[in-house]
Amino acid sequence: MTEKNWPLWEVFIRARNGLHHAHVGSVHAVDAEMAIENARDVYTRRGEGVSIWVVPSAQIVANDPGDKESLFDPALDKIYRHPTFYEIPDGVGNI
Amino acid sequence: MYSQALDQRDESPRGVDDAARLARFDERVAAEDKIEPNDWMPAAYRKTLIRQISQHAHSEIIGMQPEGNWLTRAPSLRRKAVLLAKVQDEAGHGLYLYAAAETLGITREELVDQLLTGKAKYSSIFNYPTLTWADMGAIGWLVDGAAIMNQVPICRCSYGPYARAMVRICKEESFHQRQGFEIMLTLSRGTDEQKAMAQDALDRWWWPSLMMFGPHDASSVHGEQSMTWKIKRFSNDELRQKFVDATVPQADFLGLRVPDDELRYDAGSGHYVFGEPDWDEFAAVLRGEGPCNEQRMAHRRRAHDDGAWVREAAEAHAAKHKAAVA
Amino acid sequence: MVSATSELLPLADGCLILSHRLSEWMSNAPTMEEDIALGNIALDLLGQARGLLQVIGDETGVTEDELAYFREPQEFRNPLICELPNGDFAFTMARQLFVDIWLAHVWSELAATASDEQVRGVAEKAIKENAYHRRHSSSWVVRLGDGTDESRRRMETATEALWPYRGEIADDRWYDAVDAALTEATLTMPPRDAWTQRSSLDGWHTEHLGYLLAEMQSLARAHPGATW
Repeated sequence: MTEKNWPLWEVFIRARNGLHHAHVGSVHAVDAEMAIENARDVYTRRGEGVSIWVVPSAQIVANDPGDKESLFDPALDKIYRHPTFYEIPDGVGNI
Repeated sequence: MYSQALDQRDESPRGVDDAARLARFDERVAAEDKIEPNDWMPAAYRKTLIRQISQHAHSEIIGMQPEGNWLTRAPSLRRKAVLLAKVQDEAGHGLYLYAAAETLGITREELVDQLLTGKAKYSSIFNYPTLTWADMGAIGWLVDGAAIMNQVPICRCSYGPYARAMVRICKEESFHQRQGFEIMLTLSRGTDEQKAMAQDALDRWWWPSLMMFGPHDASSVHGEQSMTWKIKRFSNDELRQKFVDATVPQADFLGLRVPDDELRYDAGSGHYVFGEPDWDEFAAVLRGEGPCNEQRMAHRRRAHDDGAWVREAAEAHAAKHKAAVA
Repeated sequence: MVSATSELLPLADGCLILSHRLSEWMSNAPTMEEDIALGNIALDLLGQARGLLQVIGDETGVTEDELAYFREPQEFRNPLICELPNGDFAFTMARQLFVDIWLAHVWSELAATASDEQVRGVAEKAIKENAYHRRHSSSWVVRLGDGTDESRRRMETATEALWPYRGEIADDRWYDAVDAALTEATLTMPPRDAWTQRSSLDGWHTEHLGYLLAEMQSLARAHPGATW
């Protein structure tokens, strides 16, 4: 009964113009055309989107989860990148 | 991201740092941090999730049958459209959940195979027959109501993909429950025959719905660890009580009688006191001795087998086309 | 019993009956994704049917449900092809393609020429839905026609079995579109001048419609006057 797996595709949907495409899940499909159709039917039955991207899951390159600390921790102490780091006196107005 | 090749690496190397990783994992879960597919996780956590998510997915897929049974007999075009949308949503929910399970490093085909060979379970409720139209109401109101009670807490589950799938599902389920209640309301305000139909459906679906929450906490096999891992947030008995407390007043509103002689409101605790479901029946249905177990499985296997040539053809076409392009 | 005459009936009934057939696929499709796809198409067709039945009902003073549930089989005007049992997936997809191509032409004509604003509204919405249905059915016809030996054989069988039922939906534009689709599927279209079944315009049907309606109407007819 075991069958060959149909390729897995990751689905990204733009909820409305002006927003990024966001990952919503995955579908199986034999080709890109079927992947778009399946994504449309599975993930946009309630008007959830205006645009769909499908990407073969195997094509997505991700960082090694073990590198998480070396990749992302160094950004944590650079609080001077955030506007709240700076104190502006009340009288200055919007800045 | 969800690529399966990437999911494999976190299983190794095993050994010395497992204890440290486990401690870190427990800490993260306790702190309500979400676990994502590529993160390290204990093998038992992965296994529990695969079991629970796939069981849930299978339930959605098998759950299409009892309601699909009335698609061709829905008594108005509006009801026909609603039921069609609902059964279709169930397929959708099954697919969201299979997709979530696949992030744990198991394929859809393996999951489907587990269902078809009987290795995996699905919710016992779908082994009961839908005998009248009122069952469409009772399923929406009671079965989906119980499902929502179970599922809302899972929206905060520690495993990210499962939690996200549940958020989506819960949003859609509330339409399911409402349309069910609406059917019950229309029937209970309708002709005498319609009222009788509604009462009969409540009589048949009440106890199986209570069984949906699973055995008592004391005899639940997977309960405690799942709570610590935040895969589960409330115990079976807590959820069952919540369901009864929410549903009995709705039955009163419908003018229908809940088929439980022991049912009474306890003002002291603010909860309803209710009788024991027939746990022997529950066990029998789980063993495969329910009214529709064989029918549901045979249906699923037939659909799968009948579709084999279509799936092969689609693959063959894609392969040819790819070869032609390259 | 309810009766109605309207030149919209073949279209309204066609959509209703085909939607009903497609709904029979739920939980039976070759993939779970396809269950959802067929459900979507069935829902669109049902919506189209309801839009038109409401217009027809308003003209005759009856409801969409009275038209759907309380007419006799011989009062239905759907093209016979819509009422044929689903057969296998090849049959369902070939039938869908044939009907989708017919509907594409009918809807665009109606959107351009209908005097009734409500009808134009139904048609305009249907044009978008139909474009998707047609893409779906034609891609499956191509996949199956140009797939495996078995799928090709099934597609050929289906096309041949359906061919006599094209009479009510075929015209030159239809033949051209079907020819193009079948050619892409590496299949040969049967001859345009082959015989056709007679139409349903005088109440003629296949035996299948009686069973379909017996099932569909059973509950509504058991409780006449009830609200659901």
